Amino acid sequence: MAVKTGTAPLSRAGKPGGGRRGQSWTTHLALVIAVIIISTPLIFALIKATQESSAVLSANMLPGGAFFKNLGQVWFDANLGRYMLNSTIVAICVTTGKTILALMAALAFVYFRFPFKGVAFTLVLLSLMLPTEVLIIALFDLVSQDLKWANTYTAIIVPFLASATGTFLFRQHFLNIPTSLADAARIDGCGPLRYLTHILIPMSWNTIGALAVIQFVYAWDQYIWPLVIMQQDDKQVVQVGLRKLIEVGGQTDWGAVMAGAIVTMLPPLLVFTLLQEQFSRGFALSEDK
Amino acid sequence: MLKPAQTTAPTEENAVFRGAAMPWLFLLPSLIILGVFIYLPALQTLRLAAYKANVILGTERFVGLANVTELLLSPAYRQVALQTLIFMVLTVGLGLLFSLSLAWLASRPIRGSKYYRLLLIYPYALSPAIAGTLWLFMFNPEIGVVNQILGDLFSVKPRWLDDPILAFGLVTLAAIWKGLAYNIVFYLASIQNLPGDVLEAAEIDGATPAQVFWRVAFPLLTPITFFLVFTNIISALFDSFALTDILTRGGPYYHHAGITTFLVYQLYQDGFVNFKSGVAAAQAALMLVLVAFITFMQFRVGERRVHYGG
Repeated sequence: MAVKTGTAPLSRAGKPGGGRRGQSWTTHLALVIAVIIISTPLIFALIKATQESSAVLSANMLPGGAFFKNLGQVWFDANLGRYMLNSTIVAICVTTGKTILALMAALAFVYFRFPFKGVAFTLVLLSLMLPTEVLIIALFDLVSQDLKWANTYTAIIVPFLASATGTFLFRQHFLNIPTSLADAARIDGCGPLRYLTHILIPMSWNTIGALAVIQFVYAWDQYIWPLVIMQQDDKQVVQVGLRKLIEVGGQTDWGAVMAGAIVTMLPPLLVFTLLQEQFSRGFALSEDK
Repeated sequence: MLKPAQTTAPTEENAVFRGAAMPWLFLLPSLIILGVFIYLPALQTLRLAAYKANVILGTERFVGLANVTELLLSPAYRQVALQTLIFMVLTVGLGLLFSLSLAWLASRPIRGSKYYRLLLIYPYALSPAIAGTLWLFMFNPEIGVVNQILGDLFSVKPRWLDDPILAFGLVTLAAIWKGLAYNIVFYLASIQNLPGDVLEAAEIDGATPAQVFWRVAFPLLTPITFFLVFTNIISALFDSFALTDILTRGGPYYHHAGITTFLVYQLYQDGFVNFKSGVAAAQAALMLVLVAFITFMQFRVGERRVHYGG
């Protein structure tokens, strides 16, 4: 349990095994092949996204210069720009909201003793067993009939603001921070909210970063719920938008679709790249040893 | 669902701050959201499962367990359940095998291992819908690059999306491919946390790399493996929707149902295409039981069989 904040080793030098020269090149070979196989669909998409429509449908695998032409086609004519904006708004709101709510819940669980704490904790825990997909029929009734939220951002943001995963990860992280710190803070007259914002959050950036990646990707990837609740095209998210691009009258403009797919990957990839360090550390840190 | 079972976690909370209302104020936003958007719909699902309902007509008629028995007796639904099971076993088994092998290789102290790791995990940022889109184009029977190459080399152009066996295999492969990055992230983190001295000792005692892996490292990785088995089962059940919806639309037809129609896809079809809310809710209720069972097993297996290293 002697894990210190932010110092989890990313790579441990001198690990035995593959250090032997004879095995090193087979390891390289296996990894290179794996990386190529895993990346093939993406490389293919990248190449096709740059080709003129005549080349897109052929076996031609040479990159062309039509990427921005293809992108313009989906961005303006097929509404991709609008979908991207919608998804960005939703993903940022969900990520931010989930982080704040999870931090608050973890604060309550770790630094307070109160009646029915076990019940509250169980309620959060059990929510993991109820994925949206299973609740979708009743959720649809509730959100569209009772709340009249159909075709609003509220419908795809608010139901997802509570995060059991986040609550547990923050709780785990807080439990690893010495109590003496909180005691000292309290004696100095620091309230719980101030302790959260001034001490806990600055000590939790790795966990926050790791969670932000997961939550952003989760929110960005939402598919079935927006598909049923968003009937209005200009409110739709980009994942369902992709489906619409393929649907267009049987005559799919594949070069444009590939350009769209590439651009759709960028925001989560950007978040992932920016927070890659925190992502790896946040998880290495949260492993119990 | 992102962490291995926390059986060794500290349980003693330190009640530093006082106040009866304060903790509830911090918890309230989360609890309200969970109550309104998770627990209320869950109860409503159970209620609706006992009704023949049509949301378009706004009609409801109590039928008790009729929806459930109808499903359990329906050859189509049973086929869908079996397909889902096969799909799940294949994606989880093969997916974890590939992920662990790759994570282990990328953890070797070789030159550039940092870059290999990054190249193995960046597809995490890819959505199932994008995965479906890319595979749909690559395996398009007429214009897809796979058939263009196969056609040139062997003069065959398989109907990937129309042939039941091929379509099922394709969706399974795509799902495995999509899941690799997530699993590799967790395996990499766990491998980095392995006690290096134990592995070193085995090495010094003359164990071959294969022995080090199977006899020492693999047993130490059982907690994360169990954790991943369960998260992968859940994602095979639920995250496959976008992939199958874009790639095959649940088809092609085989015996009683589309070959890549899995449980969630069937639920969606009945609920939002055929507007049979009651039947769909009954399916949801059955899935709730299934998820409850899986979660129960996760905790049971997690506590009993798992080796906590370190």
